[in-house]
Amino acid sequence: MRPNRSKSLQSNTLAGWLMSGPALLLITLFLIVPFLLAFWFSFTNQRLISPNPTQFVGTANFEQLLGVGALVLEPETTADGGLVVSDSGELSYPRVREFTRNNPDFQHLNGMREWFGWDWGNAKVLVLARDLVFIKALTNTLFFVAVVAPLQSLIALLLALMINQKLRGINVFRTIYFMPVVVSIVVVSLLWRFIYDGRSGLLNNLLQFLSFGHFQPVDWLGNPDTAMWAIIVMSIWQAVGFHMVIWLAGLQNIPLTLYEAADIEGASNWQKFRFVTWPGLRNTAVLILVVITMQAFALFSQIDVMTNGGPLDSTQTLVFQAVQRGYEQQNIAGGSAISVLLFLMVLTISLVQRYLTRER
Amino acid sequence: MKSLSILAATLAFSTVLGGAALAQTNLTMWYHGAGSTVERDLINGIITDFNDSQADWKVSLQEFPQAAYNDSVVAAAVAGNLPDIIDVDGPVMPNWAWAGYMQPLQLSEGALDGFLPGAIGKYDGKVYSVGLWDAAVAMYARKSTLEKFDIRVPTLEEPWTREEFDGILETLKASGEFEYPLNLGMADQGEWYPYAFAPFLWSFGGDLVDRTSYETAEGALNGEPAVEFGEWWQSLFTNDYVPGTSQDMADHETGFIDGDYALQWNGNWVAVKTLDALGDDVLFLPAPDFGNGPKIGGASWQFGVAATSEHPDGASAFIEFALQPKYLAAFSDGIGLIPATAEAAALTKNYAPGGALESFYALSEQQAMLRPVTPGYVFEALEFRKALSDIANGADVVDALDAATDAINADIARNNNYAVAR
Repeated sequence: MRPNRSKSLQSNTLAGWLMSGPALLLITLFLIVPFLLAFWFSFTNQRLISPNPTQFVGTANFEQLLGVGALVLEPETTADGGLVVSDSGELSYPRVREFTRNNPDFQHLNGMREWFGWDWGNAKVLVLARDLVFIKALTNTLFFVAVVAPLQSLIALLLALMINQKLRGINVFRTIYFMPVVVSIVVVSLLWRFIYDGRSGLLNNLLQFLSFGHFQPVDWLGNPDTAMWAIIVMSIWQAVGFHMVIWLAGLQNIPLTLYEAADIEGASNWQKFRFVTWPGLRNTAVLILVVITMQAFALFSQIDVMTNGGPLDSTQTLVFQAVQRGYEQQNIAGGSAISVLLFLMVLTISLVQRYLTRER
Repeated sequence: MKSLSILAATLAFSTVLGGAALAQTNLTMWYHGAGSTVERDLINGIITDFNDSQADWKVSLQEFPQAAYNDSVVAAAVAGNLPDIIDVDGPVMPNWAWAGYMQPLQLSEGALDGFLPGAIGKYDGKVYSVGLWDAAVAMYARKSTLEKFDIRVPTLEEPWTREEFDGILETLKASGEFEYPLNLGMADQGEWYPYAFAPFLWSFGGDLVDRTSYETAEGALNGEPAVEFGEWWQSLFTNDYVPGTSQDMADHETGFIDGDYALQWNGNWVAVKTLDALGDDVLFLPAPDFGNGPKIGGASWQFGVAATSEHPDGASAFIEFALQPKYLAAFSDGIGLIPATAEAAALTKNYAPGGALESFYALSEQQAMLRPVTPGYVFEALEFRKALSDIANGADVVDALDAATDAINADIARNNNYAVAR
């Protein structure tokens, strides 16, 4: 009897399609179709609003985004071949713009901007980028992911271990840690803008109070050196509660009998964590790592509300740039190209993570 | 079955009834001033008067916050959901007209006689939009402060020169009485940047784009005058004369009135509020002259008709109705804007001869210059804003202006030189 019933359930495909239908329809409409459109747009010159017809431009958008070049700057010399040395003993170099602006000998560098460089003897080696804002958005996003993914999962795990105790009123703490997740990220960003305010912000006031007035106020969001870190701290604070709950679910799935057995064997707390808890959290860890990585790549709202990518592009991110180009600059093709690159990156990283954390 | 037929009958009946009551054709209108109750009351007053004054059209209003307004219109245009009447910021209008999202107005002969040039939105030889007001920017100062530091009160004929202005900022800074000598409004990171600061660039002799062809920014935005402007701009921030890009919006709004800032470069829409707070101690001074004459930006928000509107005649009728002097005067009294005609100005509290804001009228008449009238302006404004922010935050002046120039030129090329579609 039994095998028969399960067979009839499996063969009743119509019911299956009907049940998954609404979800499939929505996913197709709001995920698959826009993605295919973005993929197509990224090979055209599609504009947001324009009376001109859309044209196929091949890989021009990607070449624009990813174009890099190198330039070696020789120090300037005087007429007799000696080096020009300033009063402070520094060599003087020609400006990069003399090579990158309408210089027929350096056509391949036209329109590029200095990304970074280093000294090579007396000469300077410079790496130039065709779209410096995009390159900065790319490196900023990678930096954000590299810091947030491990840090946020670790803090979430520590919080989960802390609130996984049977104490009176532990639910109060669970609620407090989870609360930021429920509040809209836009509201949280606005509030943190006040906290970070360089003039009379809460953070500056607090630090001044704690240091008995020795602390010099910092313009956290207005300083290129601190802006990204300010965003990182705030983002982790906002999202950590969600992953804490997932860790907590994982923790509570570990059978208590394992801990009892470990107690009988005389295991220390660290041994219990290392050999019982951590192996039991394996699948949870994989899930959390993948989810945080993907969420971190999508960094947008905080930037949009708090810094607009500034100061000096120090908080530009890929999604923010995609939206800026697509809507503000009316360049759908450029925004789509960024989205496609982002998709490829996230896909690659997720596949690598899956491979590294596979069941052996 | 019986109940069903009753329901059907009721439905049919109510439709007939509703149809009779709604003999007026519905027109929708979008406005950028959500959050300002004064503006809402004013515009609703015009709409109510218009709806009551005739039997053909019934206008209904939808408001948007200013920061999200342009994006909303563009998104709606792409989706084909534009209302009949939109309001549009003057310099943005050519972009929307070029893209085919607006249509020329159908105003009767002479409807725009006597209007300030900044209030009329013309593109490709046709009037696409018209404003009930124009706006002007002035240097807000306190008479008492200027007297205390022995600073000359500039006039339209003899504005502050660059050296004079820099000296004044230095004096005020050295006095230590103010948090900053000058508030430029760096917190307001929207159209304010090009509207308020491009005139400085013009006065230095540069521009956002070469206005003879509108096809390149090379030389205009990164030429010698522009670089000189950029270096002056950066000096304001390195000398701590003005608060930077991370300025708090609240400080921007109250700083001058509270006395934290000695001077303030701001629009006339805060003039009434400032007058209420400071009385006749406040002065509205003309822009400094950086070499090519003092300049301020012209053109403010204006009304236009969407290309997709099925009733452009009704939409135009509403706009023409709104152009009556009493409404121009009402807006002016409500938010301190400059009424678009002299006739309306005479009806206002502040712009009538001898009024407290009369000086703005002269500013608008004598110093106002339109931002580049080209569909590419929207992009140029973004790049200009980014360049100004970056320079303020310490970027290399020449590199920042070069980057903006290249981006603008690339955008113009991508758009086929913004040629008008025929």
